[in-house]
Amino acid sequence: MLNATLAELASALAAKRISSVELTKLFLARIAALNGALNAFITVDEERSLADARAADALRARGEGGPLTGIPIAHKDIYCTRGMRTTCGSKMLADFVSPYDAHVIECFAAAHAVLLGKTNMDEFAMGSSNETSFYGPVRNPWDLRRVPGGSSGGSAAAVAARMAPAATGTDTGGSIRQPAALAGVSGLKPTYGAVSRFGMVAFASSLDQGGPLAKSAADLALLMNAMAGYDARDSTSLERPAEDYTRALELPLAGLRIGLPREYFSMGVEPDVLARVREAVRWFESQGTRVIDIELPNTRLSVPVYYVLAPAEASSNLSRFDGVRYGHRAAEPRDLFDMHCRTRAEGFGAEVKRRILIGTYVLSHGYYDAYYLQAQKVRRRIAGDFAQAFRQCDVIMGPTAPTTAFRIGEKSADPVQMYLGDIFTVPASLAGLPAISVPCGFDSRGLPVGLQITGQYFAEATLLGAAHRYQQVHDWHLRVPKETPL
Amino acid sequence: MSLSPDQIKRIARLARIAVSPAEAEELRVRLNRVLELVDRLQSIDTAGIEPMSHALEALLPAGQRLRPDLVTEPDRRAEFQAVAPAVDAGLYLVPKVIE
Repeated sequence: MLNATLAELASALAAKRISSVELTKLFLARIAALNGALNAFITVDEERSLADARAADALRARGEGGPLTGIPIAHKDIYCTRGMRTTCGSKMLADFVSPYDAHVIECFAAAHAVLLGKTNMDEFAMGSSNETSFYGPVRNPWDLRRVPGGSSGGSAAAVAARMAPAATGTDTGGSIRQPAALAGVSGLKPTYGAVSRFGMVAFASSLDQGGPLAKSAADLALLMNAMAGYDARDSTSLERPAEDYTRALELPLAGLRIGLPREYFSMGVEPDVLARVREAVRWFESQGTRVIDIELPNTRLSVPVYYVLAPAEASSNLSRFDGVRYGHRAAEPRDLFDMHCRTRAEGFGAEVKRRILIGTYVLSHGYYDAYYLQAQKVRRRIAGDFAQAFRQCDVIMGPTAPTTAFRIGEKSADPVQMYLGDIFTVPASLAGLPAISVPCGFDSRGLPVGLQITGQYFAEATLLGAAHRYQQVHDWHLRVPKETPL
Repeated sequence: MSLSPDQIKRIARLARIAVSPAEAEELRVRLNRVLELVDRLQSIDTAGIEPMSHALEALLPAGQRLRPDLVTEPDRRAEFQAVAPAVDAGLYLVPKVIE
């Protein structure tokens, strides 16, 4: 059961081979056994999870419910949950209990899924290693000395270690795809606006997008059916007819045009990563797809653009943490200014402070045009690269990240080294395009490699279909990490 | 561009983050590394290119959706204030601002 797909769990529940309470207890026991070593969860509430499970069992007993009814799902601790604390990986929100649920939480409640717990993450989703969490780093189940990626590192590690069958995440510059790659699971960043951001703690609003992490692409499609869709409470939510994300899982591959960006196969990519990605591309080629060399010439500018725009938006968004309405407040302030300054100095960690300061600087008088406006102009060139490329191809393939999982502490001395690892995930975020990462093998140290597939706006079903076809004949996504055997 | 210690102090004040002298020096070194990275943008010719503020413009050519200016939310003040550090009689309490 621990290694079953969502569809297998659903049929086991429907056939009464297992109850949701039994299934939930199985995963709660797995969390209890492994969380000390992995630190993937910040909050687990067994009573609440079991109450959800009992309700789901009652529903199924009446012959009601849907494909996710009774299935335990973990949520990144960035999604507000009524009655259960939402920390966002920060000391600032250590005791924060939201008065309402995020839209995504409501969606899974409406599907009668079980809320399994809240997963660890980089503080305010700012990081690529899960080392910036106030609650300590998450460890990679494939090698406990290494990071699981970030910022949705807890969700990725939880799915990889089979502590949860699936989890939610958020992706601003790669925070679903990069941890999915480094932890050996599948993860989808949907088109910007496909999943409501209501109740999702804001980091960089022009980029933030919620999405799922799971073992397989078919599982991601089921999760998208539950979490995507229009929500009037998010002004960027796209008003479109509901779609069935499973509809193209049996995608015919013959004739599919796959673009390989020259830049994604050259810029400092580890040889093992390149080799695994090329093997995956060769398999697609053997299925009658057409592989085309393309160019995304502004790729090298994507990281500088991102590290102007995301901190700028973060500095505005995080101004709400002022010690007045919620969150931490410094003790015995001398005056309002002192209260603000000390509240924020005490509540935020080092990386969050650095990003707020960079963001404040690039937005400040005299520097706005040179940094912020210039970055927005280059952003348009990056989006233009994709528009050009999609005239020649249907999907774009390449590595999700230039390296496999690195050691804890290895990149924390120099922020720029960490940032440069985001080079292949940031471009789709800047353009607002959907992209998926799926496991495509291992490096010589046994660490997972991720294949990224990027598509046109709203091409999620195609991406899921291409990934599913690959997973029908490869079993990388079903391998269990050696540090966390079943 | 490279940040001086005085600029670090000024930015920290604008951002309302208290910074000790030791922290300021570490911040100066690290933030200047980040600025070196983003300074690569300075040499890019962007003449005639409009800034792109949002991916939505590609998805919503008509522009962002606006809602009618009507009251739709119920009053949940008590619930929202229950998570505040200090409230009294429906008001948020802060240190005295006006003498």
